[in-house]
Amino acid sequence: MGEVIVITSGKGGVGKTTTTANLGAALASMGRRVCLVDADIGLRNLDVVLGLENRIVYDLVDVVEGFARLKQALIKDKRLESLYLLPAAQTKDKTAVNPQQMQSLMEDLKGEFDFVLVDSPAGIEQGFRNAIAGAGRAVVVATPEVSSVRDADRIIGLLEAAELPAPSLIVNRLRPQMVRKGDMMGIDDMIEILAIELLGVVPEDESIVVSTNRGDPAVLAPSSRAGQAFRNIARRLMGEDVPVLEPVADEGFFGRLRRLMGLRQEG
Amino acid sequence: MFELLGRLFGREGSKDVAKERLRLVLVHDRSQMSPQLLENLKNDLLRVIGEYMEIEPEGFLVDLQTNENQVALVANIPVRRMKRAFTK
Repeated sequence: MGEVIVITSGKGGVGKTTTTANLGAALASMGRRVCLVDADIGLRNLDVVLGLENRIVYDLVDVVEGFARLKQALIKDKRLESLYLLPAAQTKDKTAVNPQQMQSLMEDLKGEFDFVLVDSPAGIEQGFRNAIAGAGRAVVVATPEVSSVRDADRIIGLLEAAELPAPSLIVNRLRPQMVRKGDMMGIDDMIEILAIELLGVVPEDESIVVSTNRGDPAVLAPSSRAGQAFRNIARRLMGEDVPVLEPVADEGFFGRLRRLMGLRQEG
Repeated sequence: MFELLGRLFGREGSKDVAKERLRLVLVHDRSQMSPQLLENLKNDLLRVIGEYMEIEPEGFLVDLQTNENQVALVANIPVRRMKRAFTK
């Protein structure tokens, strides 16, 4: 029996879809059978992030309404043998599905896959209710910004009210240089405020833009720092004990200069 | 060293501003307790305080009051009778 994990955040644009795609690709590259579910009905995006937009025939709503069998709607990834996508419907809206239907769909998927990752829509309305129905565990994605942390706090409360086990946090788009300067909240600040377990930290990384442009998850590019962070998170999801390291800033010219000056003073 | 200089010249990192603003906004957000939750809290308080003294359930009021920069749990608990001996 597999595990259903919902990836959520409250606020839009913090990287839920990118996180879902990358964790899915990382888990699949490590041999796990993975199904990614796009629960953002009416605004589907997980397909383009994965580069699978041209292969969609049926979608989640078709399955729920009985127009298609689950096997017909699942899209096999073009790179990874054990990665599948269940796309969202683009022409319907979130009321096309209800939490009971989602729950039974998740039950079916659990039987087929090791991991089912559900990409939740932004917001706290029915789309969110649908996305968490049938999930056994939740991961909250937040960026180190006031608005994102506030929404994450609200989401954590709602997950608690829905009686899911305590969620864990992915801090996304952290800019180490700004943290060092005291101009961005760091991991400790976020954990102190939200009081939840830290699952991982993903640094801001331009390679995410490039990989999203191409439809190739960043975890498949060995040099991507964000990709490395997602691979570590995937290993933690698999139960491995991988320590979380706060990303360090690239020093840059002035950083090196500063360090040299520091050294000179010491000497 | 540079951080220290920055402080000396009066430049406070905006992180601390963010944290303080978040602290306040979350206190307010989290204080939007549902009536059901408040009722649960009231019953728990009644039970715990009841171990120490007898209280008047009718006059027992519990409410969250918010102003600019703090949230207070305000309770009015009329005591009917103190328990004579307390050992525990």
